Amino acid sequence: MYDVAIIGCGITGSACAYYLSKYSLKIAIIEKYNDVCCGTTRANSAIIHAGYDPVPGTNCAKFNVRGNELTKEICKKLDVLCKEIGSLVVAFSDKEKETLNVLYDRGIKNGVPNMEIWDKDRLIKEEPNISENAVAALYAPTAAIVNPWEYGLAMAETAVRNGAQLKLNTEVTDIIKSENGWLIKTNNGSVEAKYVINAAGVYSDVIHNMVAEKTFEILPSAGEYYLLDKSEGERVKHVIFQCPNELGKGVLVAPTVHGNLIVGPNAIKSDRDDTRTTTASLDFIRQAASKSVPSIQYRENIRNFTGVRANSDTDDFVIEFAAENFLDLAGIKSPGLSAAPAIAEEAVKMLSESGLELKEKGNVIDTRKHLRFKELSDEEKNKVISENPLYGRVVCRCETITEGEIVDALSSPITPVSLDGVKRRAGTGMGRCQGGFCGPKVLEIIARKNGITFEDVLQDGNGSYILTGETKNGGAK
Amino acid sequence: MIDLICITCPRGCHLKVDEENGYEVTGNSCPRGKEYGYNEVTNPKRVVTSTVKTDSEDYPRCPVKTNGAIPKEKMFEAMALLEDVVLKTPVHHGDIIIKNLFDTGIDFVATKDVL
Amino acid sequence: MMYDLIVVGGGPAGLAAALAANEKGLSKILIIERDSQLGGILNQCIHNGFGLHYFKEELTGPEYAGRFIEMLEGTGIEAMTDTMVLDVTQDKKVHCINPEKGYQVLEAKSIVLAMGCRERTRGAISIPGTRPAGVLTAGAAQRFVNIEGHMVGKKVVILGSGDIGLIMARRMTLEGAKVLACVEVMPYSGGLQRNIVQCLNDFDIPLFLSHTIIDIRGKERVEGVTIAEVGPDRRPIKGTEIDFDCDTVLLSVGLIPENELTRNAGIDIDPKTNGVVVWENMETSVPGIFASGNVVHVHDLVDYVTGESQKAGRAAAEYVKQGVRSREHAISVKEGKDVGFIVPLKIHREAMDAEIFFRVRRIFETSAITVKDGDKVLAHLKRAHMAPGEMERVRLSRALLDAIDGDEITVYAEEVEA
Repeated sequence: MYDVAIIGCGITGSACAYYLSKYSLKIAIIEKYNDVCCGTTRANSAIIHAGYDPVPGTNCAKFNVRGNELTKEICKKLDVLCKEIGSLVVAFSDKEKETLNVLYDRGIKNGVPNMEIWDKDRLIKEEPNISENAVAALYAPTAAIVNPWEYGLAMAETAVRNGAQLKLNTEVTDIIKSENGWLIKTNNGSVEAKYVINAAGVYSDVIHNMVAEKTFEILPSAGEYYLLDKSEGERVKHVIFQCPNELGKGVLVAPTVHGNLIVGPNAIKSDRDDTRTTTASLDFIRQAASKSVPSIQYRENIRNFTGVRANSDTDDFVIEFAAENFLDLAGIKSPGLSAAPAIAEEAVKMLSESGLELKEKGNVIDTRKHLRFKELSDEEKNKVISENPLYGRVVCRCETITEGEIVDALSSPITPVSLDGVKRRAGTGMGRCQGGFCGPKVLEIIARKNGITFEDVLQDGNGSYILTGETKNGGAK
Repeated sequence: MIDLICITCPRGCHLKVDEENGYEVTGNSCPRGKEYGYNEVTNPKRVVTSTVKTDSEDYPRCPVKTNGAIPKEKMFEAMALLEDVVLKTPVHHGDIIIKNLFDTGIDFVATKDVL
Repeated sequence: MMYDLIVVGGGPAGLAAALAANEKGLSKILIIERDSQLGGILNQCIHNGFGLHYFKEELTGPEYAGRFIEMLEGTGIEAMTDTMVLDVTQDKKVHCINPEKGYQVLEAKSIVLAMGCRERTRGAISIPGTRPAGVLTAGAAQRFVNIEGHMVGKKVVILGSGDIGLIMARRMTLEGAKVLACVEVMPYSGGLQRNIVQCLNDFDIPLFLSHTIIDIRGKERVEGVTIAEVGPDRRPIKGTEIDFDCDTVLLSVGLIPENELTRNAGIDIDPKTNGVVVWENMETSVPGIFASGNVVHVHDLVDYVTGESQKAGRAAAEYVKQGVRSREHAISVKEGKDVGFIVPLKIHREAMDAEIFFRVRRIFETSAITVKDGDKVLAHLKRAHMAPGEMERVRLSRALLDAIDGDEITVYAEEVEA
């Protein structure tokens, strides 16, 4: 019997697990994929919003600003890449300038600190590559960029190190009321818990409907992106938003914490798992982005991807009990990444108010170290190589990731089983060759370290096999 | 008249082979082209390259080639002969892996040292 | 210790440069190679067709590399494998790491950059669809199949008709896979004609010119692709779609010089090709730092890489022994209409000769290459056939260089009467 079961280990589930694992509680985290943070958390704009966008009084507004602060604290403690670079909402007409004032006022009401309205001169001075049609911008210095995968992973890992049990490859099939709580049936056995948190992302309505009458519906919305090479990474210095207008929210252009440039997303009604990219959407994004930053060199593109947002028909985060001791954290759309720790904080409070006993335990782990070889000084590089020669062998040459870092990733509390799992942790294959050179080598290291055959190493999810057998052994038959 | 592209070298000459006139080859820039054109129409041949297993941990495969062209229709048969070979290291380039393929006098030889 | 020459990269370019510099009298030479063995990408190019120009015989990739590796013996040239160069600086310091010696900063009187190139990926051409396993570059597949000994799929569609893609079509077929199609967006093949014949035609693999992949299907592993014909604007034409059920997509959609070290060193790069800008002796914008092979421009034939790299090695020796060549009154080389890119872009006035390499932008039948100094024709060479897939070469002798009055020459490609 668990005290709390968390369904879904995306950013919301990870944050809940992270906070709850500081108490003397038996926690289960149930995740259907073979790794954590494989849904919306892995494919989004990677931005910690300042908080001027949500309408005051909504859950989105309430948790965004608080989440922004908490995110920076957590990233510092858990050694996650997060840079407070500030954001700009750019206006292209006098009418849009009015919108900037509306956003500014919302920001004040929501408690966003230090915002400024910049005139054109200031804007061009700070962002020389901005379109000359821009007339003004709202500057919010607290907006940040983050590595969203690592952020979620770091919290999930910390929870695991504090004793939470992570059940990967475990998909919920049914939930029934039991004597002392809930019995969660899965493809991988049953889990019984006194309290349940539903953090199932784009499937949160499906989970909700297993225990209660339908009160909301997830309306998945796909957004596609371009991720450009580092050669384009300094095209802009801030997160560049366009002024929302009657045609929509526009697309953003931003540097990433790895030094790349991200451009997107659009918003298209989609299926929950439909992460296809389409020519029409990508054409639209290029066109839309040219309005704010016309000089982007798309031939430097290294990857396109699609994220599916868990929008719901309620138009706000759903943070409420679906049934006794069964808490929905659903419809966590944008700014969900920014709000996640604040939502988790609230969730802990709500569970406590409904009777969950929170007893602080001793020896709680609340730090994490990620050795990033390329960021070390020359002396430090020498030191780590002398301690572990594997840090002296660069495997991913685009991103300068060493074999030592790959082995670190494979020794971490949540062991990756795929090339993408290692990529998310160590950064291999994230660069311009997209794993073309290092893929075979990383695969070999995974096989060796995890004690499996080459053929068992996955690209990503279960079923994403890379090799079909040995040559000279009927590998293609 | 048969039109061919010579594969003897990267130049890729456009050959014409006159099958009614003693397989006379035109369009070639060198004698090898003439030979290729004639052979390609009368008895097409190819060099086959592949790999075989080794007992080395670092280099699990050793590249091999036929040290001359073999009849084109024998390519897959030649490949099949390599299936069960496991080379004992050290291997040196030029080492014969399979001798006298299909009585052509042509061998599979190693093309790399695996020490 | 001060090296006479450090060569970054131990592939065919680096090996030839080091050997040529040694022949010209440099003794303290170091080759730095990131892999555990010398030879570079040739080690995985197990097919034949190398060396016809240079050795006058047909060799496989490992044999071609092996000959140069053997030539190192007795020369005193050092090779440091398993070592990654992290930085090259204009004052000729090379920062590198390896497991044994850690982080080192090595100094040299001259440097040859010979890092080669990398493959363009799916992202570079934004192929729509899902992102399953089974989409990989032809070179990555080649490494898996030829070096590691593992197959990457059973039913394959190849996008792009570059030589590596064609070679892998044959290789996968011989290992028992079924290659369903080779799809090329341009109206002509990007690879050598001989490879179309012996890699596709021999195995009845259809080549779809003016076609591209418009959709990749499959959640975890590739389940199929849709291809369509493209118009002159390279946009798909509705109604021409063909579906293939396959588990693998190999990409052979071009190579890009690997110039991150060069860029970080502040050495000039041609934005059109991503190649290092070089003079006729393969010197970069920084005196004493040279570059050769695919890091300058992507070659069809390794034989030409060898020739170019020997030039770089000899120039490094000249630099160390005699000092820098004057850059005054330099001759610029410009591309005329339909000429894609040119190497070199600059010629020292004192050069003894200069070889100009270029690619044309479209197919030419009976045609001519003309090199002009203003209106004056310096060279006029007939060609029966020119194609973007095949590199053209013009040699300007000392006499021709002497005849140049201006400070700029232009290379033209044009059709002529037969």
